[in-house]
Amino acid sequence: MNFPLIVQYGLSGITVGSIYAIVAVGFNIIYSTTGIINFAQGEFLIIGAMMAISLYQVVPLWLAIALAVIVTTILGGLMEVVFIRPVRNASVLRLIVITIGLSILIREAMLHIWDEQPRYLPYFTGTESSTIAVFGAYISLQVLWVLGVSAVIVAGLTVFFRFTLLGRAMRACADDRMAACLCGINDRWMVTLSFMLSAGIGALAGCVISPVTLTQYDMGAPLAIKGFTVAILGGLGNSMAAVVAGLLLGLLEAFVVSQFAAAYKEAVAIVVLLLVLVFRPTGLFVRREIGALRAA
Amino acid sequence: MDNVLLETKSLHRSFGGVHAIKDVSIQVPRGMIKAVIGPNGAGKTTLFNLIAGTIPPQKGEVTFQGRRITAWKPHVVAGLGIARTFQTTKLFPHMSVLENVMVGRHPRTRSGFLAGMLNLPCTWREDCEIRDKASAILEDLGLAQYAQETASNLPFGRQRLVEFARALATEPILLLLDEPAAGLNIYETKELSELILKIRDRGITCLIVEHDMSLVMNISDDVVVLDQGQKIAEGPPRVIQRNPEVIRIYLGDDYAQNSES
Amino acid sequence: MMRLRRYWPVAAGALALIALQAALSLTGATYYMTQITMSAYYALVVIGLCLLMGYAGQASLGHAGFFAIGGYTVAYMTTVNLLAYRDTGLVRALHSLGLVVQWRNLYGAEVLSFSPWPAFIAALVLTGLIAFLIGMPVIRLKGHYLAMATLGFGLIVYRVVLGTRSLGQADGLSNVPPFPLIPGLEVNGRAPFRIQNYYIAWVMVLVAMVLAINLVNSRVGRALRSIHQSEEAAHSLGVNTYRYKLAVFVLSALFAAVGGALMTHYNGSIGPSEATVMKSVRYVAIVAIGGMANLWGALLMAILLNFLSLRGVFGTFDDAVFGAILILIMLFAPQGLLAWKKGTFYFFARRLPDKARESEKSRMSPFSRGRPHG
Repeated sequence: MNFPLIVQYGLSGITVGSIYAIVAVGFNIIYSTTGIINFAQGEFLIIGAMMAISLYQVVPLWLAIALAVIVTTILGGLMEVVFIRPVRNASVLRLIVITIGLSILIREAMLHIWDEQPRYLPYFTGTESSTIAVFGAYISLQVLWVLGVSAVIVAGLTVFFRFTLLGRAMRACADDRMAACLCGINDRWMVTLSFMLSAGIGALAGCVISPVTLTQYDMGAPLAIKGFTVAILGGLGNSMAAVVAGLLLGLLEAFVVSQFAAAYKEAVAIVVLLLVLVFRPTGLFVRREIGALRAA
Repeated sequence: MDNVLLETKSLHRSFGGVHAIKDVSIQVPRGMIKAVIGPNGAGKTTLFNLIAGTIPPQKGEVTFQGRRITAWKPHVVAGLGIARTFQTTKLFPHMSVLENVMVGRHPRTRSGFLAGMLNLPCTWREDCEIRDKASAILEDLGLAQYAQETASNLPFGRQRLVEFARALATEPILLLLDEPAAGLNIYETKELSELILKIRDRGITCLIVEHDMSLVMNISDDVVVLDQGQKIAEGPPRVIQRNPEVIRIYLGDDYAQNSES
Repeated sequence: MMRLRRYWPVAAGALALIALQAALSLTGATYYMTQITMSAYYALVVIGLCLLMGYAGQASLGHAGFFAIGGYTVAYMTTVNLLAYRDTGLVRALHSLGLVVQWRNLYGAEVLSFSPWPAFIAALVLTGLIAFLIGMPVIRLKGHYLAMATLGFGLIVYRVVLGTRSLGQADGLSNVPPFPLIPGLEVNGRAPFRIQNYYIAWVMVLVAMVLAINLVNSRVGRALRSIHQSEEAAHSLGVNTYRYKLAVFVLSALFAAVGGALMTHYNGSIGPSEATVMKSVRYVAIVAIGGMANLWGALLMAILLNFLSLRGVFGTFDDAVFGAILILIMLFAPQGLLAWKKGTFYFFARRLPDKARESEKSRMSPFSRGRPHG
């Protein structure tokens, strides 16, 4: 395999990996504040993209995307308020099952609103044949958009959580909900906010990847599985590790596709998931004992 | 050494840098009631967990009836004759009181999956025995009228008693009681003392973790004091009561100086 | 005999079955029997899952995988054509043992493949083995980790059957011959044998119920419930929690495999759609709505919902219905629907100490307690 080909596969791996990373970050945000795994995470990407595609028919692209992200964010919040918040005294497993049901409903709704045809947003800059040359490989400009947007999201979240009052309040809530409450933080709204935040970044990610991978109503579930795999790989709740893990998974998939048949690509994430769950459920980047305490 | 039922040698256990148990060696002779006391966080429940097999020690040994049982799993340890109760009552909330105690018969019975599924005749007698023995224990402890009641419906004191009954159902040789008097009033504590004495008279050795000093002083033959994971004193209750170290860890330096050594 | 009292619902069920069949035959509506028979085979999966989830308290989002393993093994072994290898030592040995037979399939071609009984046994052995191997590491996991691992397992099975050419890929395997259980009694889908197959399927279900009821009321059943309600306490009372959980996992997988194998013979075919996540979710939804630890509730719901689904009553909203069921039940009735009719249930149950204790005390779902993990 020659160098340009390696670069090609590598970049493709990183591109897709950064999307997995964003999904994983979304998982982590919700997990940190509530302990729930939100199975509907993948659907946020698809809803955002589908909405943007429909809106694009009447408004310019940037506005379509902005509106889609806003609407999806609100939907995320609504979802939490209607389905998660009222459940009192629930075991985490019960809430997870609710999110499974929600992901099914959302998917079916999307199927009936839009149909099963794959759709796509146009390339943000140029057309599908606009490429630039990197180390002898030709990559699409959209790839740069994906990487750029992902980086901005991660950077933005880091700044948000570390330097803003609201972000710190959310982190406090994630650490110790009761204590945060006692400090005057409205923990219920923090939970809603976490859902909204996850939905928003999901929608944005969905839009930016749409020209490259297309968007189809049932792509949410596989994305959720992969995002979850990445989140676990990095250690649930650890977003920086999730980013690294996401890129790793993307590269691994690209590697498998380059050496073996493309059909095995889907299996990679699942095999990784099972291996991680069996051997290191606390994630690669967490010291075992501390991880055990945290997961407990 | 035939008399020593349970022995721990230099047990060590830490969690992420905190030494929960450090070099703890104790001996429990047969037929004795031994108490383990110490301030909160001294490692008393961890000690029980180490003995019962819930967590393995990082160093050290646990010997029972001359056999090394270090890090053996809880269900195996139960089969050997060590039963325990928990600091926070862990009943089976949605099973009846009788059923709770019936589960206690598990280590002394044997019907398995296949026999159970096929409802083989050999299980009939065993099931009757289980039911009868469990009922007898409930009678013995004065809980017979609650037999069909859902366990979580009982008042707290009664629930603790049910957990006791359940542990007794395993026909233990050694009974580990983790703060049995916690949450009990004076009368219930007195009843508990009498119960423990009655059990000892039947030949069951008891190791008790307790905060309630009246219980400890009244019924224990020997007391071990733990502080910050280490054993700092051991001896008969009256002696321990006057030990300045012990007084210091509980009450502070001023009081320690005023005591006789 | 007090012990027999626990079986009265089985007797009632048998009577209801006979009554139903008579009614359908008299009104000439025997075509409903096809869906009812299929519902029975799905119900086998539900019974096993109920034991796993309701009594032992372990989640599984991948049980369709076991159904598929059972079905595909049977389908593959009874349709793989070994005619080309007829003269090899192995095949001749198998033939002399009666394990492979020669027959003529629907297209008139001569096929040399395994006969149904060896295939069935093989399916059970294979499923048991896989369940054991998967279960060993996975059963240790808590709560949502276990759910995800079983989900992953189900996905792998799906991908394998979808991607393997010899398993028919997207088309699945068809031309599966009937299964002669005993001389004169055969599992097949042909119209003249509808009534016979109806009874075969439902007798299977009743047998499964008897086994399940026995298990639940036995020493082992008590131990399982105790594991569910307080694993630490159960462990300290001598219950080998790991082994028991694994055993129930394998048992429930076997139930599913039997359902899959028999359904495959009944339909004459099997496809990857039996291994999807949606199917697994469906089974979980049915157990949830029937009441986690309520065997009869789960069975009734299995019959009802599967029958409606198979008749197409839900239309294109099929998946959505089960998703909605999951949400609604988890939100409003985590104990299951039939727990609500407590009054009625209690009335029946009061006459029967065994059953009363069962329905009252163990109708508990892992979803209704505030316990966060594991």
